[in-house]
Parts: sequence; C-alpha cells; structure tokens
Amino acid sequence: MSPPETLPARWQGKTITLAHGAGGRAMRELITELVRPVFENPLLAPLEDQARIDPAVLDGGQLAFTTDSYVVSPLAFAGGDIGRLAVCGTVNDLAVGGARPLYLSCGLILEEGLPLETLFEVLRSMRRAADEASVSIVTGDTKVVGRGSGDQVFINTAGIGAIPPGRATGPAQVRAGDRLVVNGTLGDHGIAVLAARNELALQIPVESDSAPLNGLVEAMFAAAPQLRWLRDATRGGLATIANEFAQEGGFGLLLDELALPVRDPVRGACEILGLDPLYLANEGKLAAIVPAAQCEALLAAMRAHPLGREACAVGEVREASPGRVAVRSRFGGERILDLLLGEQLPRIC
Amino acid sequence: MKFIDEFRDPGHARALVRDIGATLERLGATAERPVQIMEVCGGHTHAIFRYALKDLLPASLEFVHGPGCPVCVLPMGRVDDCIAIARQPGVIFTTFGDAMRVPGSAMSLLQARAEGADVRMVYSPLDALAIARANPGREVVFFGLGFETTMPSTALTVLEAERQGVANFSLFCNHITITPTLRALLDTPDLNIDGFIGPGHVAMVIGSEPFDFIARDYGRPVVVSGFEPNDILQSLWMILRQLERGEAAVESQYARLVRPGGNPAALEAIARVFEAREFFEWRGLGSIDASGVRMREAYARFDAERRFAMPNLAVTDPAECQCGEVLKGLIKPSQCRVFGGRCRPETPLGALMVSSEGACAAYYQYARPDAEAAA
Amino acid sequence: MCLGIPGRIESISDASAKLAVVDVLGVRREVNIACVAPDGGPLEDCVGSWVLVHVGFAMSRIDEEEARLTLELLHALGEAQAEAAALREGARA
Repeated sequence: MSPPETLPARWQGKTITLAHGAGGRAMRELITELVRPVFENPLLAPLEDQARIDPAVLDGGQLAFTTDSYVVSPLAFAGGDIGRLAVCGTVNDLAVGGARPLYLSCGLILEEGLPLETLFEVLRSMRRAADEASVSIVTGDTKVVGRGSGDQVFINTAGIGAIPPGRATGPAQVRAGDRLVVNGTLGDHGIAVLAARNELALQIPVESDSAPLNGLVEAMFAAAPQLRWLRDATRGGLATIANEFAQEGGFGLLLDELALPVRDPVRGACEILGLDPLYLANEGKLAAIVPAAQCEALLAAMRAHPLGREACAVGEVREASPGRVAVRSRFGGERILDLLLGEQLPRIC
Repeated sequence: MKFIDEFRDPGHARALVRDIGATLERLGATAERPVQIMEVCGGHTHAIFRYALKDLLPASLEFVHGPGCPVCVLPMGRVDDCIAIARQPGVIFTTFGDAMRVPGSAMSLLQARAEGADVRMVYSPLDALAIARANPGREVVFFGLGFETTMPSTALTVLEAERQGVANFSLFCNHITITPTLRALLDTPDLNIDGFIGPGHVAMVIGSEPFDFIARDYGRPVVVSGFEPNDILQSLWMILRQLERGEAAVESQYARLVRPGGNPAALEAIARVFEAREFFEWRGLGSIDASGVRMREAYARFDAERRFAMPNLAVTDPAECQCGEVLKGLIKPSQCRVFGGRCRPETPLGALMVSSEGACAAYYQYARPDAEAAA
Repeated sequence: MCLGIPGRIESISDASAKLAVVDVLGVRREVNIACVAPDGGPLEDCVGSWVLVHVGFAMSRIDEEEARLTLELLHALGEAQAEAAALREGARA
C-alpha cells in the first residue's frame, strides 16, 4: 500500500484540538488514520509502544544513535519544510559519523488550532525525505499544547544507524597538511528561510539545500577510505563547524577566501544585509577532513554524486595556531574566523 | 559583482602595496616611528580587518581606528531611552539589527524583546513606515541612528509619513555628524595622526568640501575613500604622496560616487526635517558641540522624543576604559588595560568593543594575538 | 553607518512614492529613488542606471566613467612598475 496523496475527506478543514493529544479515541484516530498510513512500514504497523529491531541489521558494525529537535518559522520555505529538515537533519547526523542510517523516530508537538492539511503536508514531506534517504520512521509520539504554547509544529526525531567495521573518524586521525572539503555552496538554507520570513522585504531566488547526505557519504568513504573527520555544517555554518574541528582537535585550520563557494543571490543578500555566508545555516552540506593524497579522488567521487557536484577543497589543517580558524584573504593576509556570540543579525554599518 | 569585484583585484593591490612601501621608505618611516593614518569610518575599519590589509603593509604604516561607528559611540542613556519607549503599551519599536545588542545600563534591546517588548529588526526605515500602516492601532517608533549617510533615509521616511498621512509613526532621532567630532579630535594636543581616510558614504551625501578644514586649518591630508580593499589602499597611496610632497589637501578617491558638493536632494531632505542640537553626548568621547541633530518643530508630531516619556539620563562610561586614547592613536586596542579581559565582545565595557565595526571589537574578532585565543 | 551596495534599477514600482525595484546579484528589493531622481524629468530615466543602495534608498548614481578611470589608473600603476622592473633587469644583464 503506498502512502495517501490527499488528506482523507473527513479530516479536511479540521484543526488539531487538545483531544488529539489526550490519549483517547481522537488521538488513536489521528495516529492510525493520518500518521501511520503516511509513514507506513512493517516495523511501525503493529503500533506497539516500541519498534522491535533485529540486531542483525547492524551487520557486525557499531550502533550509532542520535537525536535532534526541529523548530522553524515559517514551516515551509523554498526547497523544503520542517518535515524535510526533521528527517534530513537526523539522517545527516548519523551519516557524518560514518553510519548507514536505518530507522528514525518521530515525536510531534502540535499546537492547538493547527490545520490538519498542514500536518498532513509535513508528514508527507517527512516520508518523501525518508524514502530519499532509504530510512523508515518506525516509532513515534504525539503531544498537543494549547494555542500560544507552541509554534504550530515542533518535531523531534531520533535515529539509529550502523557504522561498518573499520570506519573510524574523529580528531585523533587528523594530521597537519590534511585538506578540508565541502560538498557545495554555503548559506543557501539560511538565506532561503530569511527570504521566506519576508521581514526584510527581499526577493531572493534561492532554495534551501536540505537533503539527506548518507548516499554521498557512502560514495566518499568508497573513494577515500581514510576520511579523517566529518560534520554537517548546520546552525552557525561552516565557520562554526571549522571552529569545532579546530578546538576539539587541537589543530589550526586555514581557509582560502577565494575557494569558498557561495551562490550569487546568497552573496547579494549577504552584501545587502551585512551578513557573512560562512555563518549561515546549511541543511545539506558537510565538511570533511581528508588526507591530501586522497583529496582529488574524494572530490572526483563527490562531484559524480548529485549532492556533491560543486564539491571543492576550501582549506588546510596546520599545526600553527592550534584551536584557531583563519581565513587567507585574496591578497594573502590572514584574519581570524571566530565563533559568533549569538545569532548573526543584519546590519547597516 | 559589478563595482565591487573590480576593486578587489589582487594585482592592483600588489601594485599599490609596492608603491606605498617605497613611499614610506622615502619618507623615512620605521616601525618605531610609523606614519599613522586614521580611517574615520567604521566601515573602513571593518574592511581593513576583513581583508587583513595590515598583513600586506609594512610596519612603518599604522592605522588608527576612528570614531566613525555610530553604534559604538551611542551613549548607554540613549539605549535606556529606547528600551523605555519599547516597553510602553501599544508600541512597536523598530530598529536596524546593529542596535539590538548594544548594552544599555540594565539591558539591550535584544533582552527587552526577550522580556516581552515588541522590538522588530528592519532593513529600512521605509519598512518601519509600512509596519505603521499595517498596524494603525499601534504606535510604531523607528530608532534613527547613524551619520549623514543614513540621515536622508530617515528624513525622507518622515516626509513620506507626512505625505501618506501616517499618524502612528515617529522617529527617535539619534543622528550624529562627523565633522565636529573630527575637529574636537584635531584640537587634542597629543594627537598623533598624519593623515585621514575620509568617510566615502558620508561624503556621498555632504560632499568632500566639509572636510576642507582638516587640510586648511590642521595641515593634514584627507582622502575620501570607497570601501573596497583597493579603494582603501589607493587612498593610503594618495595620502602618502601628499605627505611626500609636503602638501595637505582634500582629495577624493571615490569619484564614482562622491561629488564635491554632495547630493543636493539628500541635503535638502536633511535640512527640511532636521536641525543641529547644541551638543550631543558620545560614548567614549563625551559631549561635543553641534555634533547631533534633532527634528524641527514643524515635524514635532513625528518626533518620538516629544511624544514619549523617557528617562533621558546620562550614564557615565566606566573609568577604566581607555577608548579615548585608542581613538587618538596613543595606544592600540590590545594595550588598553581592560581589552580582552573584562572588556570583550560579549561583555563590552567601552564604546569601541560594542559593535563589530568598533576598533576594539574588530581587533578582537579578526586579529588578536594567539595567546588571547586560548583565554 | 556605511554599508552601501551597488545595484541596478530595474523598474519603477510606484511613481508617487518614488519607489523602484533594484537588482543586486539577482536579489530584488523595492527602494526609494528620491535622491537620484532626475530634476523634474520622468522617473523612467533612472531605469538601467547603477546606484548605491543604503537602507532601502538609492543614495547616489554610480558614475561609470569615473569608476573606469580609477581602474585605469591602478592598471597603469602596475604597468609602470613592471616596466621599471624590466629596465632594472635590463641594466643588470
């Protein structure tokens, strides 16, 4: 049975009420008739309080386990929505640890008054993203909060995956001279959400990069088995991830200003608003540290994958300035690329 | 990007740097006795650090980072006034993002928003006017700050509010003017500055002529400059050529945007809406005569200062701050006794640490020595 | 308060309020063009010109000829240095 394409007629025009979270018949109907058919899969089907998983799925590897919560306003934006983020984000958190993502949970916190059409679209978006990532949503929970106590929909997903034997990534593997690579343009997601909010009255033709990266990561390990360390560059952007690498790994990182890939409209919006694309959020970008000798092979494999076509090397690990990230300007000078204090705010000076 | 990328060409930069180096040698400048050039505008400070221009230039040239960051020099008492307005029932307080984190004596606008005040960031004062039109039952106040570059935009917005008959819009005017402050700086006896990089976007509005007094009365060269890295390098090169010839004149490197008399339409809008204040208080520099503007009587109904009760109290700067000495080029940011210790971007004590354009904040963010990174 | 970005005026969106649409690398925003509007002439004359945009206002037209002259001067400086270097090389040889 394939998931339904339209909201069943009896749910149309209806909204979430507190009864949908009260544990009674309304909640059971919501889950069995709206949520389950969209996520439909054998492990979810019995609707037990837990999904029961055969450990053989690990295939001799290590179990990877992660969780993340998703809040975004507005719920939908060019190139994605909260549902897509909730699946891709957790899948990517598993994938950058070298894991093959397997199963996800879905915890929904719904605000009273949420149109069921909206919920249905969010769930369908989760299902589509799960299919892209070849994972199943096998367990979940639904809570309803009173109007004003939430912002339409909050989602938590947890995920498990299997790290194949032999894959070990982390700071201990990194050496001076290693390269830092990214799989494409920076800041698309941050600017797409900013454009969707429309508070700054800018029309910006850019889509969120939200995408599951597990397929790309598999291709990367195949091409460069000695991949040292990977992270996905979400909140805080590449600048924040680079600082995490440098501080947790105790090495220096030097980025090359001219190598950093940024789309024209993202650059235009950043110039207008005084933002730095290096700090903007991404939802389908990873940064990886790789031995210099495997860098070209890695980039070739990434560029052959749809989510890595614009992959490039953007920096290098060095012994100098441990814990610190610097950017080499087009003129050869260096500036520190620091962690930000808080959210990056638009500025006029 | 047209009119930007051409002015970031590394080949042009190298040519300028070579000539700057040769000129400095001929001038006999050394690391111990460097030529000191003040870039007046915070936008220039930002570009100098962002493109690491100091790494390209010899130690015999030093930048002194000037007072041209309106967010930095905004006194804490004024931030307190903003918060007092923002907390009044029915008010929507609108501001540029720059002002959100500036600390008042008790809190910032960002914190006031977290505590329930309706504070909204806008890109343009026109967006604040649109919010007023969309919310006829609310009072919408726009926090107008900045130098002459920004004054025409708020003046024209007030004129639009008048034309459209928007009664629930007002401006909290904190605009300041740069030339009285430069004069005050130049009058300091221990000032150690050989030439000035003039603020290109202020000059785009007021023209380059208002800077004539710096050359005429104080004998220092001024070059009005654009904001791309090669604009700044070319301006340095032009200043050094003046120094070599023993001249002091006002020149413009930014002829693509700056006319000697400025922009007449912009100046007219400013003159219609604003008039000089007797004095204005600058954080880090104290009170300076005729260095700010207020709204004319004719626009009193759009003047938040007249329409809202506010504490209007002066808050003194912490005594241990050495912002004044940094501004005069007597010490570098890192030589201040509280730099990087009690005065850091997350907890600024002094004016120059407040905004990312402030000299100390830029220095901390982009160029602090390694030892401080670990702290 | 200095952030100003070059943009190109695409169209007039509201002549009575002197509003036009400006394009910056594909990003569009409505801006006020009162400071660059021709004296008495039609606003349409602004379409196609490059302006400096600051906080939603076109503050000044960009003089393309002046921009070209600035770049030419920088180019000439580089050329002169290359020639001088070649001469020094020649003298040594």
